[in-house]
Amino acid sequence: MYGSASTHDLPTTAVTGLENEDPILLAEFEARIARGEKIEPGDWMPALYRKQLTRMIEQHAHSEIIGSLPEGTWITRAPGFRRKMAQMAKVQDEVGHAQLLYSAAETLGKTREQMLTDLINGKSKYSNVFNYPTPTWADSNVISWLIDAGAIVNQLANAKGSYGPYCRALDRICAEEAFHLKYGHDAVVHMATGTPIQREMMQAALNRWWPAIMTFFGPSDKMSVHTEILMRWKVKMASNDECRNQFLDMYVPKIWEIGLTLPDANLRKNEETGQWEFTEPDWEDFKRVINGDGPCNAERIAVRRAAEENGAWVRRALLTPKTQYVRPLA
Amino acid sequence: MDPKLDLLYRLADDQLILGHRNSEWNGLGPILEEDIAFSSMAQDKLGHSLALYTLLHELGEAEPDTVAFTRNAPQFHCCQLVELPIGEYDFSLTRHFLFDHAELLRFEALATSSYEPLAQVARKLRGELKYHALHANTWMKRLGTATEEAIERMQNALNFTLPYALGIFEKTEAEAEIISSGLFIGEDELRSRWLESITKVLSQTALEVPDILALTPVAGGRYGQHTEHLQPLLDEMAEVFRLDPTADW
Repeated sequence: MYGSASTHDLPTTAVTGLENEDPILLAEFEARIARGEKIEPGDWMPALYRKQLTRMIEQHAHSEIIGSLPEGTWITRAPGFRRKMAQMAKVQDEVGHAQLLYSAAETLGKTREQMLTDLINGKSKYSNVFNYPTPTWADSNVISWLIDAGAIVNQLANAKGSYGPYCRALDRICAEEAFHLKYGHDAVVHMATGTPIQREMMQAALNRWWPAIMTFFGPSDKMSVHTEILMRWKVKMASNDECRNQFLDMYVPKIWEIGLTLPDANLRKNEETGQWEFTEPDWEDFKRVINGDGPCNAERIAVRRAAEENGAWVRRALLTPKTQYVRPLA
Repeated sequence: MDPKLDLLYRLADDQLILGHRNSEWNGLGPILEEDIAFSSMAQDKLGHSLALYTLLHELGEAEPDTVAFTRNAPQFHCCQLVELPIGEYDFSLTRHFLFDHAELLRFEALATSSYEPLAQVARKLRGELKYHALHANTWMKRLGTATEEAIERMQNALNFTLPYALGIFEKTEAEAEIISSGLFIGEDELRSRWLESITKVLSQTALEVPDILALTPVAGGRYGQHTEHLQPLLDEMAEVFRLDPTADW
């Protein structure tokens, strides 16, 4: 997990600010990216590039730690040793991803402490799917399989982006996500082919999660803000609809294969266009939830805030008067 | 109870319950690195308990999942120290320090147990426990010499936790036989090694160490007497498993 369409709330004014940049440096910068070179922390970059990447990597990092909460609550309830140990290892990986990503974002000049402060103050977003509840073990399995699957689609694309530290973090993250996918799939298959109670739990969880999964990649391209410059700078590597279609192509057949159904009568692949057709997700609801009014927004932030506040004395103790923030090199 | 079973149940239950508690730090650590460290140690402890329940199964007890997920509190032999809620980081760290020093020394001693299957497991686990103790020592020394605030918190945590830690060494009726058959060196010997080991680390901090042997141990856990915190923990742990005990999850 868990990075998703973290860029879906990029400002519409993505092209402003460039008039202040040195045109020669800007042209060199764009030529490097066009040649497929990576931009490194010490390199010249437009202020807008720095800002957008910081926002994107930061949101991805937040999605990892907030995303560890709904599955984390099932660690203590996972049925049996095998699942309990795997669930712990899986969720631990996600927190590790957050650690990697905060470090990648720090190379752009913003401290982890500041990013976490922005998270708990609501200034900074995270993947919207984690604002929905996971009332059963099967919900946690759906996240492990399908939300991680969606994240992989997105992250494999972004790993080919232009910013070196983010790409290297994503390469490592994707390698671990591949295991999560196997874990999630295995857990879902056990439930979907298990006892009547298990099958019922799994189908109910999938029905609950499907609308959120359909919004995972962000609003339809038709509604999306102008992202041409972000595509040219290889900050955003694939459109929301491209990612969504690829995900449906890869996973809907697998879901049907194990005897589960999806709660959308219009879901089908148009063999002529190669595109999936489906009932348009409720984007108004999506906006409402991402802006703070979802079933779990307050709870997620409250947990994070409590962790920050309860642990503040430890962080104070680690700092000596001479300790200063040092930006990581890469 | 057979001395082997008696010893194995105590060891396994301690590891399972503390592993479960440490896993509750997910998402709540004071820094991300500590979320990750506590999760690693929790995974190790779960793995250790599984290895020990597997030995019990080989001696005729039920499957590890059944033993771990279906018993109730009075049937558990863990010390009360491990079942206490995670509290704040000062308590969890202090518990980890006091418990893992005992655990490392215990498994070092068990590496030469007359019961070879246990000796084999112990030789494997002691390598991991060394890192648990190292982690605890690093943080005890760091926080125990840091700000006034940190030192005060750690001192309070130490004072609160020590009587519970002494409960680790509560003896059972099988103690004499456990020692005479060469299964284990015994709890008194372990406690004296532990005392030396923790004192060495604590002396490098600003913390005051009370006369530990003069404290009254919180005992009873080895005989199934537990705090009010254990049964809710077990209910939570078995919540899904008990929905359908015949299912393969």
